[in-house]
Amino acid sequence: MAENRLGQKLVAPAVILMLLVAGYPMFQAIYLSLYRYRLTTPGDRSFVGLSNYRVALTDSLFWRDTWNTVVIMVVTVAIELVIGFVFAMVMHRIMIARGLMRTAILIPYGIVTVVSAFAWQFAFSLNNGWVNSWFHWLPWIGPETNWFGDHWHAMFAIMASEIWKTTPFMSLLLLAGLSQVSEDMLEAAQVDGATWWQRLYKVILPNMRAAIMVAVLFRALDAFRIFDNIYIMTSGAQNTESSSFLTYRQTIQQMQLGMGSALSVLLFLAVLLIAFLIVRLFRVDLASARGEAR
Amino acid sequence: MRKQRLSPGIIIGFIVILVWCLLPVAWIISLSFKSVAETTTGSPQFLPKAWTLQNYRDILTNGDFLDALRNSFGIAIIATVLAVIFATFAAYAIARLEFRGKRMVLSLALAIAMFPVVALISPLFDLWRRLHLFNTWPGLIIPYMSFTLPLAIWTLSAFFREIPWEMEQAAQVDGATSWQAFRKVIVPLAAPGVFTAAILTFFFAWNEFALAISLTSTTAARTVPAQMAFFVGPDPFNPPYSQLATAAVIVTIPVIVIVLLFQRRIVAGLTSGAVKG
Repeated sequence: MAENRLGQKLVAPAVILMLLVAGYPMFQAIYLSLYRYRLTTPGDRSFVGLSNYRVALTDSLFWRDTWNTVVIMVVTVAIELVIGFVFAMVMHRIMIARGLMRTAILIPYGIVTVVSAFAWQFAFSLNNGWVNSWFHWLPWIGPETNWFGDHWHAMFAIMASEIWKTTPFMSLLLLAGLSQVSEDMLEAAQVDGATWWQRLYKVILPNMRAAIMVAVLFRALDAFRIFDNIYIMTSGAQNTESSSFLTYRQTIQQMQLGMGSALSVLLFLAVLLIAFLIVRLFRVDLASARGEAR
Repeated sequence: MRKQRLSPGIIIGFIVILVWCLLPVAWIISLSFKSVAETTTGSPQFLPKAWTLQNYRDILTNGDFLDALRNSFGIAIIATVLAVIFATFAAYAIARLEFRGKRMVLSLALAIAMFPVVALISPLFDLWRRLHLFNTWPGLIIPYMSFTLPLAIWTLSAFFREIPWEMEQAAQVDGATSWQAFRKVIVPLAAPGVFTAAILTFFFAWNEFALAISLTSTTAARTVPAQMAFFVGPDPFNPPYSQLATAAVIVTIPVIVIVLLFQRRIVAGLTSGAVKG
């Protein structure tokens, strides 16, 4: 059939490119992960089977970094969901200055992550930051609070930067979902005497499920891959390393391509697992949620 | 059109959102006008004690930074143009044609969009060194293209599905050739979608960091985000805050210009197809 062939021809370049840069290297990573292969001693390359995986999975460093990444993912996505929803409600109701609002909301989205990481690092810095001087009235913040001096303070700073940058994106996705909730249904519920909370839980949220799922899925996977913020703000100091950072460090700084590849494969499997869990949790067909391939 | 209900809560919310979004940007701009001496001794107040343009003079005469800026623009623009061309073909096929493997293409795009970029560092680092693509523009352009294709394909196919394609035939019935029908009717309808996909792709390439620091080693291909991470100044324990802030402001200017000009389209692109079904 001519249409069939034309369609396949048109998607071919994109498919080949995606397979070439993600598919092939992934197989390469699986292959390399079975070897002991250090670039500084390339002659020493030898097949070691699953030993790299065994080393990684029994190393406390691997689990500590995985734990950090999961904490960052869960905390930031939960907070972003709540704040993003409030933002979306405000934007949904506001009728004035919409251009100004849209511009403001898009700036954190468009700004380079490295820039936002620097902005927050400087804001939290001991000598040059405004966080301590503005918030010293809070009992747990003093003028001498060193935000990069211990684990939880540093994690807080990293998460603050992450939340600042990505909440607006979350709120845009939620706003799009919110605008699809029918006003008639809301008015009917109001006439029937439903309180504000009842309308939120019984009408608004169930009707936004697909939008919420897309927002949570994309943000969770994004947060799980966190790298830029940590690299700039702490470089992994105070045990703030993430899974991505560990993989990067093994490969680029230590030149351990075999171990780095094993960590890459584990990272990929973790992402698949998270995607699977979220899709299961919300029970929404992703293809139809994106309006594709019906 | 609903009537405006301007309750105090909404107005407070409006102000909170503006402060949330703009305060850190104002902070980095303010920092860029502080002198290096002021930030080295410590300057916790928000605004500079004395405003200075010296940082801008320094950074705009810094050869490494200018090289990085050139690399950033070149790589991001080339990756954007190529990705959008390929994505346009693919999205047209997905939106308009029936063919075997359509679902597979969409699943592949989804898998790539979820792919942890860092997982590619080991294999690409190894591969690029052997293919002599390490520390070159194509070495970054190729992965950027494939990571932006999924987003571009989704955005474009969502836009293309809204185009009333019957108009093409209608124009032909009215005597236009098929090329005229395509150029005069379909291109103007499709252009906003293509443009939106281009903006989102550009943002990705402009922002990317993990590959940029891993697959480059000198200013031959290093982009601005990577260059900023290596910009330490003479004293490694005292990073030049105000100069880094200046570099940050400069690399943010294109983002702000694009947002100001095209905010409506960007919002439409980001949310297209995300909520249907």
